[in-house]
Amino acid sequence: MSNEAILHGQTTGHAHDADHGALDGHHHHHESFITKYIFSQDHKMIAKQFLITGMVWAILGGLMSVLFRLQLGYPDQSFPILESLLGKWAKGGIIQADAYYALVTMHGTVLVFFVLTAGLSGTFANFLIPLQIGARDMASPFMNMLSYWFFFAAGIVMLSSLFVETGPFSGGWTAYPPLSALGSASPGSKTGMDLWIISMALFVVSSLLGGLNYIATILNMRTKGMSMTRLPLTIWALFFTAVLGVLSFPVLLSGFILLIFDRNFGTSFYLSDIFINGVGALPNEGGSAILYQHLFWFLGHPEVYIIILPAMGIASEVMSINARKPIFGYMAMLGSLFAIAILSFLVWAHHMFVSGLNPFLGSFFVLLTLLIAVPSAIKVFNWLTTLWRGNIRFTPAMLYAIGFVSMFISGGLTGIFLGNSALDIHLHDTYFIVAHFHIVMGVAGMFGMFAGIYHWYPKMYGRYLNNTLAYIHFWITMVGAYLIFWPMHYQGLAGMPRRYYDYSVWESFKQFTDLNRFITTVAMIVFATQLLFLFNFFYSIFKGRKVKSQNPWGANTLEWTTPINPGHGNWEGEIPEVHRWPYDYGKDGHDFIAQTVPVGASESKH
Amino acid sequence: MMATLSREQKNKIHPYKFILLIAIGSIVMMFAGFTSAYVVKSNQSNWLQFSMPPVFWYSTIVMLISSLTIYLAEKAFKAREMARYRVLITITAILGLVFMLLQWFGFSYLEEHGVQIIGSGSNPAASFIGVITGVHMLHVLGGVVALLIMFFKAFSSRRKSYSGVPIDMMNIYWHFVDGLWIYLFIFFLYVSS
Repeated sequence: MSNEAILHGQTTGHAHDADHGALDGHHHHHESFITKYIFSQDHKMIAKQFLITGMVWAILGGLMSVLFRLQLGYPDQSFPILESLLGKWAKGGIIQADAYYALVTMHGTVLVFFVLTAGLSGTFANFLIPLQIGARDMASPFMNMLSYWFFFAAGIVMLSSLFVETGPFSGGWTAYPPLSALGSASPGSKTGMDLWIISMALFVVSSLLGGLNYIATILNMRTKGMSMTRLPLTIWALFFTAVLGVLSFPVLLSGFILLIFDRNFGTSFYLSDIFINGVGALPNEGGSAILYQHLFWFLGHPEVYIIILPAMGIASEVMSINARKPIFGYMAMLGSLFAIAILSFLVWAHHMFVSGLNPFLGSFFVLLTLLIAVPSAIKVFNWLTTLWRGNIRFTPAMLYAIGFVSMFISGGLTGIFLGNSALDIHLHDTYFIVAHFHIVMGVAGMFGMFAGIYHWYPKMYGRYLNNTLAYIHFWITMVGAYLIFWPMHYQGLAGMPRRYYDYSVWESFKQFTDLNRFITTVAMIVFATQLLFLFNFFYSIFKGRKVKSQNPWGANTLEWTTPINPGHGNWEGEIPEVHRWPYDYGKDGHDFIAQTVPVGASESKH
Repeated sequence: MMATLSREQKNKIHPYKFILLIAIGSIVMMFAGFTSAYVVKSNQSNWLQFSMPPVFWYSTIVMLISSLTIYLAEKAFKAREMARYRVLITITAILGLVFMLLQWFGFSYLEEHGVQIIGSGSNPAASFIGVITGVHMLHVLGGVVALLIMFFKAFSSRRKSYSGVPIDMMNIYWHFVDGLWIYLFIFFLYVSS
């Protein structure tokens, strides 16, 4: 009964006696604009809020990368428009070094946390969990709303840091001390860093509030018959994502708390023997910057799986539906998700091979890191075998799901290179690592997100996205992503370090001037294509083709049993009961058998 | 219909209580992060050795007593002895504040004995004690605030609540911060020496 109680206890003022609620689920909420669109407690609206906020951040973060790519592609060229746009940060139309570092830092922070964490798992966990497990809403809709508003506040604080006089934080998205701990170390380390750390603390709170809710909802609020092994893989992926977040974000927070004390209260957790030009020797003694790296990467590594697991879940679901075949190896998919979740906590030091880590300790981390290749390979094998001899419908969502697998393979393979501590000595902090994580985490994560948006858009807005625009969007993004990041492998192997402001002054890297220009050009084209998607998204909300059928993709999962435009509470009347797993496609001559259909007497086993 | 639903729900843990349990797991991870950092740092050079403030023993006793009073408060609530319940949660909240005060005395004891917690010249060994204990105090403060809310709800004559979930959750949380402090104290005693 808690399902009903939670929904009605919070959203409607009038008393609702329990059995009335169970029989008559059709509610007439008298919602004002504010309770419906702004301080909404409906998980579907919160999901859309996360999605659209994430999209705003994706555009800002993407634009930052275009700006610093301009500097990399055309280091001598002056762009007067930049000076009118950025003022003193682009004096004479050339992006200044401090501005360049700030752009790189903000691009990383925004994309990793605001877009691929909040925008991806915030959107799809909120949207899919109640709909696919058969719940009226989250365990605590109020906490869910708070989670969004903490994220929103984090965004506002981060945004405001772009406008302070000394600029936003510029020491890299990892915020290593001493750059992050000492205000006198660089302009961005002053107010910019204060705002960065406040924003990130708010973000951690937001993730925790969200994650607690997702876990409690999945474990407690499933409808009748929805056993754990009948859950769609999206839900399993989002479940492990939430577990990773709940266990790793607090550790990051403890790292940040120590950092705050070093910054503001004169302690020496991370600082020792420092001399700053113009300030002199600092009194701090006995600290260790490596300590911060341990605390940071203990979150930082699970964080990359927080990004990629939801994308994996979405890809699995979309692929099975559009290949009209059951997912290959459901239990293996589940087991590999579990293995990845466990291993993700045991590999963090592979980010620190060259930081002075004990090499003997490093060899354990090499072993554990390479072990992740096993569950990853299982997943790739299962995706390919799901496609094998399928009756494939190349919908935009399906294309993105296949594109995701392509990106995951090509980005994952370079992970095997980087996981070796000996090879890492050469590859560390070069463009090779930039190529690796952009393909395997950045682009693959975005592809999972696009697959999810294209697939569930009809459920979100009751309208379709335009397919032609979607295909143009897909092909340019797919080809463009490879054209941008593939050449970076060569630059990295040649030893070109990441984060440098100007490579044209280095004899060894002059040869890459044209290549850098090429990458910049493609980056601009791909960025422009994303604006096309943005247009498609917002145009279709109002003018898109209307969804006429309740189950447009012929899918088995519960969200397609709700009305085309579900109200708060999702189902009119009772929540449907579940009788089977979600992947009965092409079984016994039926194209698909929804989860709500009871198992027939003569039915074959799957 | 109703009967089946409520029977199903009976075996299940209340979602809010479940959220609290996961949140506790999350807090545990935070302190695991702190104490691991402490262990790593204590094995490196320039680590100051000093003894714990004796007042921490008193604060531990206060915390243990408060765990007993919150336990009795839940018993009183379940027996519908509301007067006793109100007194007991009030005592628990006061004990929580006393605990925080005693921790504060512990900090001043360290400062008086030349062990600086923050500021220029402080050693990470002492700063860690300050930060970890301080963050724990914030968690106790959170519990005290929750107790105050329950206190006012218990005195409200307009609404009567018979749900045992809030006091049950309060109990779990309070025993948790109590256990957390005992862990931290033992940890400090053994690892720092």
